[in-house]
Amino acid sequence: MAAISREEVAHLARLSRLAVTDEELDRFAGQLEVILQAVARVGEVAAADIPPTSHSVPLTNVLRDDVVVPGLAREDALSGAPDAAEDRFRVPRILDEEQ
Amino acid sequence: MLIKTTATELGRRLAAREISAVEVATAFLDRIGAVDERVHAFLHVDAEGALAAARSVDEARARGDELGPLAGVPVAVKDVIATRGVPTTCASKILEGWRPPYDATIVERMRQAGLVILGKTNMDEFAMGSSTEYSAFGPTHNPWDLDRIPGGSGGGSAASLVAYEAPLAVGTDTGGSIRQPGAVTGTVGAKPTYGGTSRYGLVAFSSSLDTPGPCARTVEDAARLHSVIAGHDPRDSTSIPAPVPDVVAAARRGAEGDLTGVKLGLVKEFAGEGAEPGVIAAFREGVEALLKLGAEVVEVSCPHFEYALPAYYLIAPSECSSNLARFDGVRYGLRVGDDGARSLEEVMSVTREAGFGPEVKRRIMIGTYALSSGYYDAYYGQAQKVRTLLSRDFVRAFEQVDVLVSPTTPFVAFPFGSRTSDPYQMYLADLYTIPSNLYGGPAISIPCGLSEGLPVGFQIMAPTMADDRMYLVGAALESTLAPPTPPDL
Repeated sequence: MAAISREEVAHLARLSRLAVTDEELDRFAGQLEVILQAVARVGEVAAADIPPTSHSVPLTNVLRDDVVVPGLAREDALSGAPDAAEDRFRVPRILDEEQ
Repeated sequence: MLIKTTATELGRRLAAREISAVEVATAFLDRIGAVDERVHAFLHVDAEGALAAARSVDEARARGDELGPLAGVPVAVKDVIATRGVPTTCASKILEGWRPPYDATIVERMRQAGLVILGKTNMDEFAMGSSTEYSAFGPTHNPWDLDRIPGGSGGGSAASLVAYEAPLAVGTDTGGSIRQPGAVTGTVGAKPTYGGTSRYGLVAFSSSLDTPGPCARTVEDAARLHSVIAGHDPRDSTSIPAPVPDVVAAARRGAEGDLTGVKLGLVKEFAGEGAEPGVIAAFREGVEALLKLGAEVVEVSCPHFEYALPAYYLIAPSECSSNLARFDGVRYGLRVGDDGARSLEEVMSVTREAGFGPEVKRRIMIGTYALSSGYYDAYYGQAQKVRTLLSRDFVRAFEQVDVLVSPTTPFVAFPFGSRTSDPYQMYLADLYTIPSNLYGGPAISIPCGLSEGLPVGFQIMAPTMADDRMYLVGAALESTLAPPTPPDL
């Protein structure tokens, strides 16, 4: 269990939207292998019937009163954007030329 | 000397008008100017903002306004916490220069209490690490030995205290990021109950674990800052709607040094494992000191604690891989490679590649792996079940004892570079701190002597929403030990 190939790391990097270099792929493959082997120890615990804990506070469906409160002003929301146009976030093209 | 005065005492002298908030802020800003080139506790010093805040406290006092006990006392803020108009980078290139358009709830509460924000402190990138060596802007140096790490992720906050650059600081603790820096710098670091302090305005790392809390030089100072920042916040859906325990009263009572009837639990599974002999020796002296104050010691078994580290290093990276998806080069921060030819996805990938450091990338990929179909049940799902079992260990232990005690971290401050080549060696720093994060209960690190001339931390873990207990025992321990005296810088 937990042997991870260079190709798998490349796949993970793609899923993670990280344009990693070849040199990083080599290094990360070894490091992720060590980490995954260590964390795989959770498998030693017999826990088939145990409910999972997602967080420690026993609260569900926390809602606030439906009262209008001021939000961020548009210029504040856009203030940190790397690129904005016409009061919107400007993004690189999302469609290929032929689409 | 003003800069060596405790926050509690500064508050008292400010209230008595013996000193002004501007004088206090100036003293700390001068100190930062004198030593921070060597310590590098700060990523950003907001001298202008600090002096303006100090002036307004002085004016309010002159008007006779009702002010809190920390009004006019300076505080340093970890750079993962949003401060309106003041750079908040998480020590990452991807957020370099970002100025949040809003304040975190805890920042808002500190401002309302009249605390004066000096600036933003260094940390491991996105709070992932135990040494500040993963900061994109260079590490913080431990004032006890400038060639050694100050702990992490909140090494800047802890170092600012021990370098006398600030009397108080705030940090965030996901797996030990307040307590381990406290331990290796000889300062007090407290992780409140998860949900006891608001996460609104923290840049999220692992949402089910992230907990902001106080860093200070004394237990009472930590308790005072705790009481300012804690309490229910409707803007955080995991904030606990219950009153905050009176931690200040508990710290004061503890300082009287009577622990008659208090039961301390020693975790059998922690006995000696992985810790340096000097750390174990100092910890045992701490236990002896508490026994002399009337406490009893009971050995308890927490069989799942040995799986805390692997469970954490699945849960935290899984949550991080999801949380850090927001750094897409669209709404804030860095954008690289937007040349008109590249697609959105390509721009995103080269931006994230350029903006994130190696540890962040590793964790994003580990989390992506643990959450992917086919591996989910064996990794993330199984880790969540272990989390349940570990929490039950705590509940059972607290049926027998009032608090659990352990060393805070297995080793004293280590030299730079000694744990970066094998990332898992860095993770071992969190061996004793992680269980409380997974369970959600509060825990504090108290300075407890030295090993090889470097500070050792004594950890006290309490049941959820019994934060007062750790302050009681912590203050008692502090009252009976010699205070740590860092070398002059």
